[in-house]
Amino acid sequence: MRRAPSHSYPGLNLGEDHASAHKSSEVVTFGFWVFLMSDLVYFGLMFAIYITMIDAQAGGPGPHELFDLKSIFAQTLILLTSSLTVGLAMLALKYNLPRARIVLWFGVTLVLGISFLVLEIRDFMAMAEQGGIPQRSGFLSAFYGLVPLHGLHVAAGCLWLIVLGIQLRVMGMTDLVISRVMRLALFWHFLDLIWIGIITIVYFGGLTYG
Amino acid sequence: MTSTDSGFFGRLNWDAFPIAGLIQNPNTNEIVANAAAGIVIVGVVAVLGLLTWFRLWGPLWRDWLTSADHKKIGIMYIVFAIVMLARGVLEGVVMRAQQAAGPGDGFLEAEHFAELFSTHGTIMIFFVAVPFVFGVANFLVPLMIGARDVAFPVMNQISLGLTVSAGMMLMVSLVVGEFSTGGWTAYPPYTGAAFNPGVGPDYWIWAIVVSGIGTTLTGINFAVTIYKLRAPGMKFMRLPMYCWTIICSSILIIFAMPPLGVAALLLAADRYLDFHFFTNDLGGNMMNYANLFWLFGHPEVYLLVLPAYGIYSEVFATFSAKRLYGYNSLVIATMSIAVLSFTVWLHHFFTMGQSALINAVFGIATMLIAIPTGVKVYDWMATLWRGRIRFSVPMLYGLAFLMLFVIGGLSGVILANPTVDYQVHNTLFLVAHFHNVLLPGVLFGLLAGYNYWFPKAFGFRLNEFWGRVTVVLWTVGFMLTFLPLYFVGLMGMPRRSYSWEDPSFHPYMIVAVLGALVILAALLSVLVQLWVSIRDREKTRVPVGDPWDARTLEWSIPAPPPPYNFAIIPNVTDRDNFAAAKERGDAYPTPDEYEDIVMPRNTSIGFILCVVSGIWMFALVWWIWWLAALMTVLIILSIIVWSFDTETEEVITAEQVRKDHEAWLAIVHSAAAVDRDHETAPENRGLARPDLEAVT
Repeated sequence: MRRAPSHSYPGLNLGEDHASAHKSSEVVTFGFWVFLMSDLVYFGLMFAIYITMIDAQAGGPGPHELFDLKSIFAQTLILLTSSLTVGLAMLALKYNLPRARIVLWFGVTLVLGISFLVLEIRDFMAMAEQGGIPQRSGFLSAFYGLVPLHGLHVAAGCLWLIVLGIQLRVMGMTDLVISRVMRLALFWHFLDLIWIGIITIVYFGGLTYG
Repeated sequence: MTSTDSGFFGRLNWDAFPIAGLIQNPNTNEIVANAAAGIVIVGVVAVLGLLTWFRLWGPLWRDWLTSADHKKIGIMYIVFAIVMLARGVLEGVVMRAQQAAGPGDGFLEAEHFAELFSTHGTIMIFFVAVPFVFGVANFLVPLMIGARDVAFPVMNQISLGLTVSAGMMLMVSLVVGEFSTGGWTAYPPYTGAAFNPGVGPDYWIWAIVVSGIGTTLTGINFAVTIYKLRAPGMKFMRLPMYCWTIICSSILIIFAMPPLGVAALLLAADRYLDFHFFTNDLGGNMMNYANLFWLFGHPEVYLLVLPAYGIYSEVFATFSAKRLYGYNSLVIATMSIAVLSFTVWLHHFFTMGQSALINAVFGIATMLIAIPTGVKVYDWMATLWRGRIRFSVPMLYGLAFLMLFVIGGLSGVILANPTVDYQVHNTLFLVAHFHNVLLPGVLFGLLAGYNYWFPKAFGFRLNEFWGRVTVVLWTVGFMLTFLPLYFVGLMGMPRRSYSWEDPSFHPYMIVAVLGALVILAALLSVLVQLWVSIRDREKTRVPVGDPWDARTLEWSIPAPPPPYNFAIIPNVTDRDNFAAAKERGDAYPTPDEYEDIVMPRNTSIGFILCVVSGIWMFALVWWIWWLAALMTVLIILSIIVWSFDTETEEVITAEQVRKDHEAWLAIVHSAAAVDRDHETAPENRGLARPDLEAVT
């Protein structure tokens, strides 16, 4: 086995003389990757269930009546932009820019995350007005089992952004906080990845096969 | 749904307590239910009373409940597993008694019998096997790979807390309300709100969800520990076989626990929010549940049995005084089993209507698992071959395992044939099969490990005589109880029946209940062995730490090990590093210098989450919404508050380490070495004198 180079995680700016901090950050970050892998299985199964239940509409409203692609397009743009802003926060960290810069990008990401959630909830309410509630059919149960699960992850990410923003101010740029910033960024990109799955399988797939 | 119009206590009222049933309708069934509830209450009161009487609250809190030490967490897991094992065994005995009561209805009502087999299965899998397996792993893995703790010590504590609080829900369900009647698999639509509106399935759901989260965190923890925290020189192909099985188990957990979580949460959505994932109407599809559940369920049995294989591998090597035969093939076989275990889940429902081709594919995949398992059995036998075998307690368990497990495995190959499965599906043949792999496989393995590593954990050996008595009782009890079930299964007796009519079943049922009593005696014998061993502990102390002339790193340190495990992190040069060091004659080197050691501090987050998640589950089961909301907020808040804590580590000074280590080295140098023939005698202080000719 070759050993990984010491700067195995981009953006993790702990300097050359922090061997033990590097080691512990590497362990924690690897653990977080493994957690994301397990979480991904949750989503994978929910996607599978959605696919098996696309036809289980039981006479209720289906994708063509319920899905609003304009709103989905807006949500996609917002979420992808938020991934960019998290990336900018990581760059600020890497190049030792002032702490305020990281907090600023965190703030922008938070606003984008919350806007995404607002749009998503507005979509759900519009669907409900047309009878698209989870109690109506197996298809809608599968939809509401999957898409809000992603929304819940975004909400958790927003809470994490707030807490970590406070920790950046209160605790300062300690190794612990920096390593958490790193993991939050991973988590946020993971949310983006799931969303790409949702637009292709839930929305486009639903409209094609539903 | 009436879930919205519940009051301050939700749907909880006086009728939920079994005593109400006894007053209204006194009969045997109610007496059994009340006796069970009584045992729980008396047990809790007795434990609390004893803790107060002996003034143990302080030590319990400081040394155990708040400890982040992997060894203590491991021991707490095992204690919890043994408490739950007692309940599981008692339930088994009651069920055997019911079926032995002769043709007719027995003494229990159908609902009560259904609760018994549901709790028995749920407890034995989730709250005995899993915590026992991971209790042993917690204790051993860092010691075996030369690490000072697991990768995430606090998360480890949280895993324990969640597992215990979920197990407590099973206990609470005895006293308040009732448990599910849907078996450990809880198939909808039977467990859906339409057919089962009571609290039973809800107890099952939340116990499974919360313990599942705990287990997932454990899996992540151990995968990362073994990947990242190995001592220098501990390459993958130098890992003890046991650690390989724990890697495989951890991988299985990481990928197989999510399907269980999804299955249980979607069932909760159906029951609480009127969704239609698995209902009969409006497009629900219960086959999704069967697939999800067994996508978890099959890897689950391997994640339980692989660590037992690991324990046997260590036991056979040590007690044959030989290097493990076929290490590479065992590693490959373990990994093959782990991978194959994801490809066979459908054999749990061959009869549920898929095409013959699909059944054939899954049947063949299932039979393939017999190949790597067979490789393992031959490797173990080759390890025994021409070894200097001692028939110590762990070895006796291992031999019983080799013989009985092969029968269980072969009956599995029979079941893997879909055409045969159509005949014996849902009969006691299946019950006999999985008990035949789980008892000699998992339970005997864990008990072997318990006897083998007990001196390492507590510094004294377990009583050899009572250990042997226990082996005999378990083996005989197992054979009497479960081998007859193969026959009645082939004769057509369905599983899970509270009553039956065919008189030709009766003799087998009588033998089985006698066997169940022997198993009960075996359980008592485990406790007697522990009691006698604690009483005589001064005669069996092994402070040097190597009572069995063993081969792997954990035996090279004191017994019990210091909190930091290794005064100096060892440099690994060989697969059986400690055995190699003993051969070279430098098993106990004096280090040139010592370093400060950073260890995790005590924290109460695991205990807090244990209590809060317990109340959260109870509130959800009984629809006490305000309490559930409050607890949700508390869970989130306690994690956030904990994340602000920066004082998470403490330093043990090099001076302290030097003092402890030199005191131990003095004991090592003053102890008399014993050879293997005398390792059960009082003069065994834990310093082995290897017979070097046999080693090479």
